[in-house]
Parts: sequence; C-alpha cells; structure tokens
Amino acid sequence: MPSVMLKKNAEGKLVFYVPKKDLEEVAESVEFDSSDKWGGEVLLSDGSKYYFEPLDGQPDFPVTLRAKRLDSGE
Amino acid sequence: MAALTKEETEALIQEVLEVYPEQARKDRAKHLAVNDQSLEKSNKCITSNRKSQPGVMTIRGCAYAGSKGVVWGPIKDMIHISHGPVGCGQYSRAGRRNYYVGTTGVNTFGTMNFTSDFQEKDIVFGGDKKLAKIMLEIEQLFPLNKGISIQSECPIGLIGDDIEAVAKKANKEIGKPVVPVRCEGFRGVSQSLGHHIANDAIRDWVLENRDGDDSFPTTPYDVAVIGDYNIGGDAWASRTLLEEMGLRVVAQWSGDGTIAEMEKTPKVKLNLIHCYRSMNYIARHMEEKYKIPWIEYNFFGPTKIAESLRKIAALFDETIQAGAEKVIAKYQAEYDAVIAKYKPRLQGKRVMLYVGGLRPRHVIGAYEDLGMEVVGTGYEFGHNDDYDRTIKEMGNATLIYDDVTGYEFEEFVKKVKPDLIGSGIKEKYIFQKMGIPFRQMHSWDYSGPYHGYDGFAIFARDMDMTLNNPCWKQVTAPWKTAESPDVAVAASA
Repeated sequence: MPSVMLKKNAEGKLVFYVPKKDLEEVAESVEFDSSDKWGGEVLLSDGSKYYFEPLDGQPDFPVTLRAKRLDSGE
Repeated sequence: MAALTKEETEALIQEVLEVYPEQARKDRAKHLAVNDQSLEKSNKCITSNRKSQPGVMTIRGCAYAGSKGVVWGPIKDMIHISHGPVGCGQYSRAGRRNYYVGTTGVNTFGTMNFTSDFQEKDIVFGGDKKLAKIMLEIEQLFPLNKGISIQSECPIGLIGDDIEAVAKKANKEIGKPVVPVRCEGFRGVSQSLGHHIANDAIRDWVLENRDGDDSFPTTPYDVAVIGDYNIGGDAWASRTLLEEMGLRVVAQWSGDGTIAEMEKTPKVKLNLIHCYRSMNYIARHMEEKYKIPWIEYNFFGPTKIAESLRKIAALFDETIQAGAEKVIAKYQAEYDAVIAKYKPRLQGKRVMLYVGGLRPRHVIGAYEDLGMEVVGTGYEFGHNDDYDRTIKEMGNATLIYDDVTGYEFEEFVKKVKPDLIGSGIKEKYIFQKMGIPFRQMHSWDYSGPYHGYDGFAIFARDMDMTLNNPCWKQVTAPWKTAESPDVAVAASA
C-alpha cells in the first residue's frame, strides 16, 4: 500500500510519484476519470498497475493517496 | 584516445569487476552501466541508493552530513547544535564554503561549530539536561540568533534521548524556533536520507510558522531559489539573473538563507529547484499543501542557462519573458568572449565526473559549451530519478557508475584515460599523483561561483588553468621519458 503523490503535468497528464521507490511515471489510463467518480485501476507508462479506491469526484491535484499495487508489469 | 564503443565499455566493466569475490561482483555489477540514450528509465540499467558493500572504499557521507552539512548548516542566522560527541561537527566545520553576508558570531553563525560535546556520563545518564542547558547558554551568549536546530549525531538515537521534548520546552522558554532533527549518522545508506530527514524537519517545524499570517506583501513575480547552497557565491550569481529578468527572489534555500525567508516561502508563486536530490521533498510538499508549482533549472553554462531562463519565464507573463530575452542578450557578448578564449584551449578534452547528487548531470552542459566531452559520470548518493534525468544528458556508450568504489574509479581512469577528473577532495591527490589534472567539484576547489554567466567565466578559467597547467608535463621523471638517453641505452641493450 504505497502512498502515491499525484499531480497533473504541463500537458494535463497525471504524474504518479512514489517517494519510497523514486518512481516517477506518467499514468496512461485511469479507470474512472469523470467529474463524479475518480479512481480504480491506473495503468502507468512502464506497464505497472495500481488500484485506488474510487472517490466521489475529482481529487484536488496535487494530492497524496494510498494505492494498492496490482501488477509490476515485468 | 578515441571514444570507447559500447562493447569496449562493457568489457571494461567486466574487467574491473573481475577481482571481486563472487557476491560482491554480482552486487557491484548492478551499479555500473553503459549509457544508452534509447532507455527511458534508468532502472533498466542501474541500481542506486543501496547500502555500500563492506570492505570497499566508498566515498559517501552520512545522514548527519546530509542534514547539518547540506540543508541546515547554511541557514546563517540559526545556531545548529551538533548534538553528540565533538568530532562530527568540528571536522566538518566551514569546509563547504557556503558564503553568507553577516558578522560571524554576532548575527550569523555559518562557519562556527556548536556542540554539546558528549562525554561518557552523557551517554550513560542521557544528554537532555545538557542540551537544555546549552540552549540557554546560547541565548545568553548569542542573543541575535533567530533560532536553534538540534542536529543529532549517532549516540542520540542509540541512547534514545527525547530531543523533541527538550526542543518544545526550549521553544517556550526562549520564544524562537527550536528544531530537533533526527539525522543520526547511522540512518540510511548515505547522506541522501539526511537530506530527506532535514526536509521533513523543515516541513514539520518551520514551514507552517506563518500560515494564516498575510502581513507579508506579495507580488505576482515572487519565487524561491531552492537547493542552491551558495558555494563560493553560487546563489548570488544565480539570483542576479533572476532579478534582472524581473522576478523577486523571496527566499534562498539554504545558502545565505535565513529562517525568516524559509517561513515566507509558502507565500511565493513558484519554487525553483536547483539541487533536485536534496530539496525535491520540500518542493513536492509545498506543491501539495500550498499549491505552489516547482520546476528544476540548471545554471551551469550559457546553453543551459538560456534554456532554464526561458523555461522559468514561460510560467510568467510577457514582461518576464521579455526580461529573460533581455538578460540572455545582455550577457551574450560576455559569454561569447569566454567561449572564444577558452574553447580552442579545451576543445576535445575528455572529462570524468563523480560528484554528489546534482552536478554529475548539471555541469555536463557547461563542459559541452567549452567543447569538452564528459565520458563518465556517477553519483555518490543519487537515486534512480537522478539517473533517469542523466541518461539523456550523457552520450551513448559512456560510463555510468553509482556509488563507485575507490578501486573501480582508479581502474576506470587508468583505462579511459580522461584529460580531466572532477570529484571530491578524497580523490584529488590520488589522481594528481597519477598525473591527471583534477578539479574538486564539491566546493569548486576554493574557487567559484560557477553558477550563472559570471560563474561560467570563472568555470572556464579554472578548467583551463588546471588542464593546461605546465606542471603535468613534469610528472614523469626526466630519466623515464622516451627522449632520455638512459632509456635509449636500456632499449639498445
């Protein structure tokens, strides 16, 4: 259950940062990404997958959230 | 010597690794790599931020060095107590040349050493009482200090002193910030964790001090310079450029910085990060809590300076963008003259670097501006996000080494035969005795500043002065040179 810091980069894409692992990666897709629901499975550009408990609405980026690691992508 | 191919570099790494026992060889192999620009992520080729192997000569420091020496030490109007035995503070005192303005011992304390000087009885009975007492003494002797930080040395964590409680009590008594920092040297694998702990201490004990206080008048052009330690005046050379383009520098972290500046940082519009490794933690925290964006910049060499100035200006309005162009144009004649003078003398020379957490990639641009080529680079305590940023800066098939050991570095140098090495003081005399020009790149070999356009002129002069020094021709004894009659006689025999 790593703490993940999420922010939007200049292109408006979601940047995923895990401080403990020095992992800085752009998110390819977010399962639920609408104005009333956000979260679910997040696929990173290196192929790994993380899961966020769905939230009622967009979080106020940048924000730190807990995620569950699903698949390392290796 | 011509540049090595990828295969040759790989063979070189294998050759150097051969002497190690199997286990050590396996571990060290992960820390040495051949650069491949096509890689997006460094974790495919290099492992970093791992514990050094026992028995090898590592060049790293400790968490206390990262906190007291790097992040907290340069804050000039605070007194930083090296809490523990006297040596850690005394032997690292004033070595880093963080310049500052002020009267030392009156209102600034940068080069002084304050310590609780632990004795046996403090280890046995605890040092909290002593710590409380010395803070009152400090208040009496140095009333103009603006706060105290307690930098823990190893024994504090080992005996379990409660420095936080002492700090809170002292804070009430003297009415100034008192910051306990749990940066015991044994924590982590290098000074890098010390930076993180120091950043966290700033976050917890300093940054919130002026929350809800809007008495500080702000402008839309407020920025903070973060991660510039003013070594030899670096931060001043950077600051002038930012101010000339129309920005207002509210805070300098932490070279020539004050606690008041740090408390005001949450009011700025943009954080500018020079040393990413040691200060990204606090920048990320401010981004999340105060919604202050941050960007990395690089003020080494005119190409990177112009790039960075434009990148910074792009986040502001047209006046700043015009200001940036004006600054670049203003200094153009100056840096063109520097390049015209030194490039012919330095063209094609090859450099190997091994420094701390930012310069192994930041100074590459400055060398390239002078026509030089960096053929090997590495970090003492970088993490993988540093290597991610390095891959693109370095040429293909160049060497990358993480936490290089004394033996490996020497062997690499013997084989790659660079014209110049930039590393620290512990490496300096070894390589000079091997007859290779050397610059100490941690504190600029008693020179500086190297940041900014003014710094570039000094950088170019220093590199020329070192590389083209006639002494390097005298390193080989006259009877051992090829022209010597003795050698000719021996060869004919």
